[in-house]
Parts: sequence; structure tokens; C-alpha cells
Amino acid sequence: MSKLIQGIAASSGIAIAKAYRLETPNFAVEKKTIVDPQAEIARFEAAVAKAKEELEQIKDHALRQLGEDKAAIFSAHLLVLSDPELLNPVKDKIEAEQVNAEYALDEVATMFVTMFESMDNEYMKERAADIRDVTKRVLAHLLGVTISNPSLISKEVVIIAEDLTPSDTAQLNRQYVKGFATDIGGRTSHSAIMARSMEIPAVVGTKAVTTEIQNDDIVIIDGLDGQVVVNPSDDVLAQYEEKRARFEAQKAEWSKLVHEQTVTSDGHHVELAANIGTPEDVKGVLANGAEGIGLYRTEFLYMGRSELPTEEEQFEAYKTVLERMEGKPVVVRTLDIGGDKELPYLELPKEMNPFLGFRAIRLCLEMQDMFRTQLRALLRASVYGNLKIMFPMIATLDEFRQAKAILLEEKEKLQNEGVSVAETIEVGMMVEIPAAAVLADQFAKEVDFFSIGTNDLIQYTMAADRMNERVSYLYQPYNPAILRLIHNVIDAAHKEGKWAGMCGEMAGEELAIPILLGLGLDEFSMSATSILRARSQLKKLSKEEAASLKETILSMNTAEEVIAFVKQTFHIE
Amino acid sequence: MAEKVFKVTAESGIHARPATLLVQTASKFNSDINLEYNGKTVNLKSIMGVMSLGVPKGAQIKIVAEGTDAAEAMAALTETLAKEGLAQ
Repeated sequence: MSKLIQGIAASSGIAIAKAYRLETPNFAVEKKTIVDPQAEIARFEAAVAKAKEELEQIKDHALRQLGEDKAAIFSAHLLVLSDPELLNPVKDKIEAEQVNAEYALDEVATMFVTMFESMDNEYMKERAADIRDVTKRVLAHLLGVTISNPSLISKEVVIIAEDLTPSDTAQLNRQYVKGFATDIGGRTSHSAIMARSMEIPAVVGTKAVTTEIQNDDIVIIDGLDGQVVVNPSDDVLAQYEEKRARFEAQKAEWSKLVHEQTVTSDGHHVELAANIGTPEDVKGVLANGAEGIGLYRTEFLYMGRSELPTEEEQFEAYKTVLERMEGKPVVVRTLDIGGDKELPYLELPKEMNPFLGFRAIRLCLEMQDMFRTQLRALLRASVYGNLKIMFPMIATLDEFRQAKAILLEEKEKLQNEGVSVAETIEVGMMVEIPAAAVLADQFAKEVDFFSIGTNDLIQYTMAADRMNERVSYLYQPYNPAILRLIHNVIDAAHKEGKWAGMCGEMAGEELAIPILLGLGLDEFSMSATSILRARSQLKKLSKEEAASLKETILSMNTAEEVIAFVKQTFHIE
Repeated sequence: MAEKVFKVTAESGIHARPATLLVQTASKFNSDINLEYNGKTVNLKSIMGVMSLGVPKGAQIKIVAEGTDAAEAMAALTETLAKEGLAQ
């Protein structure tokens, strides 16, 4: 019988495939007395051998699919399984205490885990997780239970999980993973952003998929309406196949706009750009007809690994993106780490309020070696295309001036070393802190452009953590307070002859587009998959008409009022 | 017996990848090989031992190899450290 679970639509499209639960089963270890220690040791050695074999497979797979960086972690795991300091104590314990292998392994591993966890260092604490991971793999073989190996998936599946972490998603194979559904998360959580960049349908925040769905259940993920259907009846399946066909047909219709300019019905051009995280995403950007990249999130270069990326690695990534974009603008945001994005190897202390803490440009101005390496890589890559650089989380003019001064220093150094650097590189900033939005007129005199980051701007303006479901009602993109700030930023830019873009989720929303067009936004940067829909919408809108509604909208009282007005005026459902 | 003192130059110290490389190299030899840092000694063939030292950049470390292939082991370890820019 089919079952329907409601969640939040995170990435559009419809996927139908068998479920693959991403999970770690419970390992309950019992202490038992055994009679033949030698046989028990042999059983332990066999389990270790099987776990090693499995890890070798995963490592090979990761190497082919994801590259050397991501595979390195499995080399370390393999070494743990060869570690005499782990294996010998386990064997000694089996022999001396006549206990079962599971118990002996669990005891010894727990000792190491406790030792690493007690170290006052984030990086070492993460190693405790590695040991636990590897131990579980051996325990699974001893206990005869199965654990998930997402990197080994070799048939079409949809992933069912409580949540997906960046390292989970890094292991997913795009060829076989057709979509996913999670218990927790919202439209702006990491898993949702990943799904849009992988262009696979996703539903998040269902609260129930892991309890309601078993491995190999047939699952429909409807990323259009945020629904998950489990074991559909033939009728329901046919219905969704038709819905999928309609969606594909609409996509095909939109795809005719790939090579067209984004010009409103009254002849005004706006730029439609895409947000990306890795050089591989450029394929989707071009396939969806983006006129540029409005946000290249460089933090993915730094994530899911154990040490900082070198200047050379970064240079290669930036160069690849610039070359593939063939002269179209590419706005690169310098490292935005902190908040919900951690880098364990930087060993930063835990903060009470990470979103208000030591992150992004604040961290880069402090850890200048790391910042300068990134800037050098960017400057060297600048000759391969149309590079623009922007700094994240700027709160004060002084921060912008410092960051820009460091950039210019590195530029001069490179030129003195005889390295060629592009003549003009626009240098701008993200506007995501209310202080910067209010003072935009001052900033506009010194920056080349603004890019409004709405996800953070909204949470900082409303003082509401966007990850906290209990205050999610305050995440209001259409609150007139937010719209006035956006208006202020765009106006300030134009008065100084500069341009203003937006790279937050809002820029791609059907409801926001007419408002932003009316406020005079020059560049809309969004998930690649939203571009053609946005272009089709913008071609039907008149900029003059949208602008004539500006004063009315900005003088409204509530978000609800704005939403109702825009829906009615522009006939949006 | 062979012993040698190194200064760690790797940006993140002897963590993760550097530790992996050292243990992989050491494990190829029969000799007993130990790593000394900050008054503590660990088996260089033990990834967990090496990581538990938490050797930072700039640290002085000593490697001691004892056994029939001690000299070869030391040469191989020295080469790995130099080639990968981990220590000198």
C-alpha cells in the first residue's frame, strides 16, 4: 500500500527508484566467555581481513570517482586495521581473558577513542570518529550485520537518511544516486544546496523517512511539491510517471531559451548567473544557459580533507572554471568558513554563537597565510577569463580596505616575480550583514560591485537562526525590512555607477523576481536549474511596470501583505 | 641501530596524510622503528600511536630504527620526509 510523507521541496524534479538507507546499525556487544582462544583470534583476523578488503574496494572507488583527496581518508583507515597497537592488545585480551573477539575489540577501541576524544584539539577528536568508523566495520563482520557503503552504490537508488553531511554527499556517485529524502533540514541547509547543485530531486525535513522507509522499498521523490511516496500502487506510480513527463516536457520547453538573452518585455537586459561549488558544476551552468557565475563558493575546495589545499590545487580549480566559462564573468567568493561550515584541521575552538563568531573574512584577515595563498591562486588564474573577486561577511569599511590591500599586495608581488595577472579585476563584497546594507552608500564609493547574500542577511536582520525550526517563521524574505535593505543597497550602487547582484536563494524565487526587477537588481545568481525558469519569467515581465510598484511594496507592513500583493498582481499561484 | 633528528616543516604537522605516509614507509621494514617527540616514544608502524603524539609544525622529532634493515629504513624515511616536504 502506498504511503505519503510530506516534507520540504528542496530540489525540483521527480525521482523514482529503490530506497538505499544511509545508516549505521546499532552494535550491541555482549561479553562472552570462549573456550578456544586460538579459534577466536582466527575469527578476529578473518573479520579484519574482510574489512580491509572492503576498504580497499571503497578506496579504489573513491579514487576513481572522487579523486585522491577524498580517497586519502580510506588509506588512513586501512592503516588503522594494520596497526599493531590496536591488533595485538585485542589478541592478547582474547587469549588472556578468554573473551569473545567483539568484546575484546570494543574494549581496546574504546580505550583509543577515549584517549583521542580527551585531547583538547578538534582535529584529534575527529580521529576518534575514524577509529570508531573502522572498528564498526570489523564489528559488523564479527556480528554478521551490514553497514552502508554509499561510495559502492552501483545501481540506481534514492538515498534515505536522517541528514546528509558534506562528507556523505562527497561520497555519493552522481551516476546512480537519483534523488534523496531526509528527516531534517530546510531549503537552505547544506543537503538541499547540494541536491540543487547535483541537479537531483530532493525532499528534506520530512521528520519520518528513516522510520517509514526500508531498503529496497520503491520510493518516489517529488521535489516539486515536497512529497515522498513509499511503495506506490500502480495507479499512483502511473500518475507520478506522468507528472515526471510533464516536468521533463516543461524543462524541454524552457531549454529552448538556453541561448537567448534575458531581456524583459520592455527591452531591459538583466544578467542571469549561477551559483557553483566545484569546477564540475560548470557543466550544469552552461547546459542551463547562465550568462555567468555569480557565486563560486570556494569553501568546497577546503572541505572533506585533512589539510589546506595548496596554491597549485586552487589555481587549477579556478583556472578550470574560468576557462570553461570562456570569458563570461565569474564572481569568486573568498573562503567563507565558520558558522555551519567547519574545517576540523584548522583546530578552531568551538564557539557559542558560530554564526556571529570568527568566520569568513574575519578569519581570513587573522589567518593571513591561508588567505594570501588563495588570493595568489586567484590572481594567477585571472588571465584565463573574466574574474571578479568578492569578500564575504564584510561588516565594516575597514575590513574591506584591509582585504583589498592584501589582494593588491599579492598582485604586486606576483607582478614583481614576473607572473602575469589580469589588468582589471573587479573587487566587490557580499552584503549579508545589516550594518553593511545600511551603510551601502559609503561602501559603494570603494567597491566595484555588491552581491547580496539573502540567506544570512535575513537571519541577521530578523535575529533568527535559520537552522532553528522553532523560529523558522521569522525567516521572511518578503518582510518589508529586508526589501528596504535590498533597495538601499541597489540604490547606493547605482548612485556610484556600480552594479548590484544577489546570490542568495531569494534571487531564484518566482515571487521575488518581479520585486527585485522593480528594485533595479542588475544580476540574479541562483542554482543552475532555476535559470531557464527565471529567464522564461523575466521575458514576460516589464521592468517599468515592476518599478512602478516599488513604492507600494516598500511601504507595506508585513511579509504576508507583500506576498499577497505580488501573487495577485503578477498572477503567481 | 640508526637514529636521526628532524625538524617538522609540514604546514599541519604530522597529521593525517604525513602520518599515513610515514607509517606506510616504516611498515615495509622488519626493524623496530620508534618516533620520539616531547619525551614520548611511539611505534612508527602504528598510525594511532603517531597521531596521538599530535606533532605540530616546527617540532623536533627523533626517529630510531633498530634491526637488520635499520639503515635502509632510515634512508627510506628520510627520503619520504624530504620528498613530501614534511621535515628536514
